[in-house]
Amino acid sequence: MSTISRDEVARVAGLARIDLTPAELDRLAGELDHIVDAVARVSEVATPDVPATSHPLPMTNVFREDVPEPTLDVDEILAGAPAAEQGRFLVPQILEED
Amino acid sequence: MTDLTRLSAADLAGRLATGEVSSVEATQAHLDRIAAVEPAVHAFLHVNGEDALATARDVDARRAAGEDLHVLAGVPIAVKDIVVTRGMPTTAGSRILEGWVPPYDATITTRLREAGLPILGKTNMDEFAMGSSTEHSAYGNTHNPWDLDRIPGGSGGGSAAAVAAYEAPLAIGTDTGGSIRQPGAVTGTVGVKPTYGGVSRYGLIALASSLDQAGPVTRTVLDSALLHELIGGHDPRDSTSIPEPLPALVDAARRGATGDLSGVRVGVVTELGGEGYQAGVRARFEESLELLRGAGAEIVEVSCPHFTYALGAYYLILPSEASSNLAKFDGMRFGLRVEPTEGPVTAERVMGATRGAGFGDEVKRRIILGTYALSAGYYDAYYGSAQKVRTLIQRDFAAAFERADVLVSPTAPTTAFRLGEKLDDPLAMYLNDVATIPANLAGVPGMSVPNGLSDDGLPVGLQILAPAKADDRLYRVGAALESLLENTWGAPLLSRAPELEVVT
Repeated sequence: MSTISRDEVARVAGLARIDLTPAELDRLAGELDHIVDAVARVSEVATPDVPATSHPLPMTNVFREDVPEPTLDVDEILAGAPAAEQGRFLVPQILEED
Repeated sequence: MTDLTRLSAADLAGRLATGEVSSVEATQAHLDRIAAVEPAVHAFLHVNGEDALATARDVDARRAAGEDLHVLAGVPIAVKDIVVTRGMPTTAGSRILEGWVPPYDATITTRLREAGLPILGKTNMDEFAMGSSTEHSAYGNTHNPWDLDRIPGGSGGGSAAAVAAYEAPLAIGTDTGGSIRQPGAVTGTVGVKPTYGGVSRYGLIALASSLDQAGPVTRTVLDSALLHELIGGHDPRDSTSIPEPLPALVDAARRGATGDLSGVRVGVVTELGGEGYQAGVRARFEESLELLRGAGAEIVEVSCPHFTYALGAYYLILPSEASSNLAKFDGMRFGLRVEPTEGPVTAERVMGATRGAGFGDEVKRRIILGTYALSAGYYDAYYGSAQKVRTLIQRDFAAAFERADVLVSPTAPTTAFRLGEKLDDPLAMYLNDVATIPANLAGVPGMSVPNGLSDDGLPVGLQILAPAKADDRLYRVGAALESLLENTWGAPLLSRAPELEVVT
């Protein structure tokens, strides 16, 4: 079952927001095809009567008391940001102008 | 004078407690060792000398003042670079986080600081813990102290190599599919993956949230127990943290060290051995089984038929979860930002350019695989099927633990391979974790104990697995095996590693 074409890798890379070079696209198409073939074996035993497990141990959501706690230091956080202005993250324009 | 870097953490802690040595002396000795062997080993991405010495001075002063200190107070430690450390760079081995200094501490870091363990530095790893050789680090290879041309395992190769090369008596690792245990096996050191939820993950850079677990990396089983008790237990800041006390791990290790395993049922997993496992690995495994039998253990064979599907399920679940966890590296709030070379500079295009430039090959491969497995039309066939396999593997474990108190297998199918040997073949690289992955899928705890040298003179590890929340069983059986083996050898396995050339 050969499923992942070069075009498919390019489409998925777009969804994942990763720019790839033409050489990377060529290589990944071959590799991913190979990997997906190997892992697809799981469907052999995944019959409808088997329930899915999302978490290794049974767990339920937990809550804490709704009381304010100290937050992290804003200057320290912004010191690690690519760009900051007036105590906020400075980001590129969000919407493309047509 | 005793070389302080050769002592176990427990021995060093004992000498610190009596005042025979100071934490400053111990910490300085390890910093000197780091300076001497790092050019050859490269286990560290960041060395935190001054801060470590400041902690050591503080502990010495508090001890002198008669303060009641933690048993490991003053014993230095190395921390994998996936654990955030306030004021100390944290990169997770990735270019995308180069130079990032976290504004907060992980709970593990807080526990180490509160107990007074000087943090020597941050250790090298495969980028975002994706790999089995540490070759996927953006900051160069770590070299196995047993043979510098070989891999130290991964993803926690830096932590394992640091401990094996006497650069640190203790280290922190994380294990998503074997990243503590497999490096332990190939470097002749001890590594423990606790029960899922047994050690807080607050402040760990997440890879696969349903699999990740942090744990100890040490040279002895007792040292792992001491460190595990320090970092383990409930943390309200981690919603997956088990809200129960840990079992008595140090007691279990001390009990095991007597070498008596009467009444303990040890299950050998049929599917984790045989074909694909190096002859020397199999031979050491059989010899260890004989020792366990001689110590009174009952050896039974158990079959876990769905383990053969574990690797496939893992390489669907991990990339899927990773693709989601790593979406936060978008060039907006921390780390690298790269602007596209042409066209409009919009947020979306900056994300693509940043991630294209900042992520390495293996990370790209897994994010794209995960995005594919989760995308419309494929979800049920891939991610859905993998989650069903997870149920089947849990059932296999449950059945096996009806018949055995612990399960054992070789930790890794081979000894350390040469740097570069498997770098171009992702599937061959993935096979290194074939024996360690089932534990992560089921959330059960596992340990690797060094159990000899293979025919090529390189170390081999034996894996012990226990039911969830029964981590104490690992320590009892692990300490017993360690003491039985060391009686046979007359010294720890690591004493047979070649001396590293030191820079003076």
